[in-house]
Amino acid sequence: MSIMEYNGGSVVAMVGKGCVAIASDLRLGNQALGISSNFQKIFPITDHIYLGLPGLATDVTTLKEQFRYRVNMYTIKEEREIEPEAFAHLVSSTLYERRFGPFFIEPVMAGLTKKPSGEYKPFIAASDLIGCLNFAKDFVVAGTASSKLFGVAEGLWEPGLEPEDLFETISQTLLNAVDRDAYSGWGAVVHVM
Amino acid sequence: MAAAATVYNPVGFDFSNQIRNNFLADRGIPLPKATSTGTTIVGCLFKDGIVLGADTRATEGEIVADKNCEKIHYITESIRCCGAGTAADTEFTTAMISSNMELHALSTGRKPRVVTAMTMLKQYLFRYQGHVGAALVLGGVDATGPHLFTIHPHGSTDKLPYVTMGSGSLAAMAVFEAQWKPSMTREEALDLVNAAISAGIFNDLGSGSNVDACVITATKTDMLRNFVKPNERVTKERTYGFRRGTTAFTKEEIRNLVVHEEIIGVRDDAMDVDGS
Repeated sequence: MSIMEYNGGSVVAMVGKGCVAIASDLRLGNQALGISSNFQKIFPITDHIYLGLPGLATDVTTLKEQFRYRVNMYTIKEEREIEPEAFAHLVSSTLYERRFGPFFIEPVMAGLTKKPSGEYKPFIAASDLIGCLNFAKDFVVAGTASSKLFGVAEGLWEPGLEPEDLFETISQTLLNAVDRDAYSGWGAVVHVM
Repeated sequence: MAAAATVYNPVGFDFSNQIRNNFLADRGIPLPKATSTGTTIVGCLFKDGIVLGADTRATEGEIVADKNCEKIHYITESIRCCGAGTAADTEFTTAMISSNMELHALSTGRKPRVVTAMTMLKQYLFRYQGHVGAALVLGGVDATGPHLFTIHPHGSTDKLPYVTMGSGSLAAMAVFEAQWKPSMTREEALDLVNAAISAGIFNDLGSGSNVDACVITATKTDMLRNFVKPNERVTKERTYGFRRGTTAFTKEEIRNLVVHEEIIGVRDDAMDVDGS
């Protein structure tokens, strides 16, 4: 039993045509025992960035507050909202700071970047527990069902999905992966930007 | 100043989770594995400079975490560094040395040397006694000519005309030992590096996907990202899109990001603007 499986939970993010989606399950467990079916793991950072934090629940809460604090300090200092790329590096350096005593969290980020032309560019990224970033062009997964999510997403995802179709693809990916994972499930939430 | 100290954490690593994590480890709960770059990385000396090469697979245990990651890191314009081992360590170590090299160049007013980067890297890695798991191939051209080094996680270094590192190092070194010769042309060296990385991609399970290469000469650095793509995925024969409405949901919320503002006059009579 790894500490990453102690509370369970999974997150997935996907890119669509001018849109992104991020979804998670809602389970909080104590190993095999279910504790809550409404444990949020995805948090809004700005209007255009959502952050998923699967892993040890105590660290979910700690890091959620830590990022809220650091993003607020960034906003005050820079006098502008943080961009998804900059936020990904903020997450990465926050985790790497604890290289030798890590938080047991594998963050997943989804966001939209405003281009000078006015249109929005989709952005997704995932990090391991010590801050190694993975910028994917298609989808990123994390949590106890990650191995299943990789398989299902690899099969179902296709380029150029409209927001409505992206919702169906990410929902079915999460639902079907989570059904084969004992530590994830008990409801789900999907955010489409 | 006190406020700044709370906003910006002090430099170096934060060990405050160690007691908790060691407690968990003592209870027999294994600590999870970080992303590692199984990796084949190589470097090769040729007539006019250095060619560096890398595969593009990142693994998390038996799972391929990233199919097209970048393992050739920027140090300075004419020095680059390939990284194998713990992915976060190679990423952050090279980024830090790159910063310090830029500052060094600014303070000395000279183009920095490859040995400088090598010394900074080995001293940093030795200080952490191998716990920073970065295995590096450092190459570049400076005022003293082309240089190629390997740096091991414990801080030892080698200076050789052709080097390989990572889990695919044996496969790649077999190619180098069979085919390397002194003063090759750029094309010959690129072909050799491609063959060495390909040997890693196809014979080592920790390596895969594409070949990245970087050619450094005294006058120019060419970063050849995805130089060869021998594992291109064919397009799917059919699509697996779901009909809209497939997924049932219990609640829908739409966040309105457009700020609506209604201006209500305080007085009944309109403000007198024409001055009559």
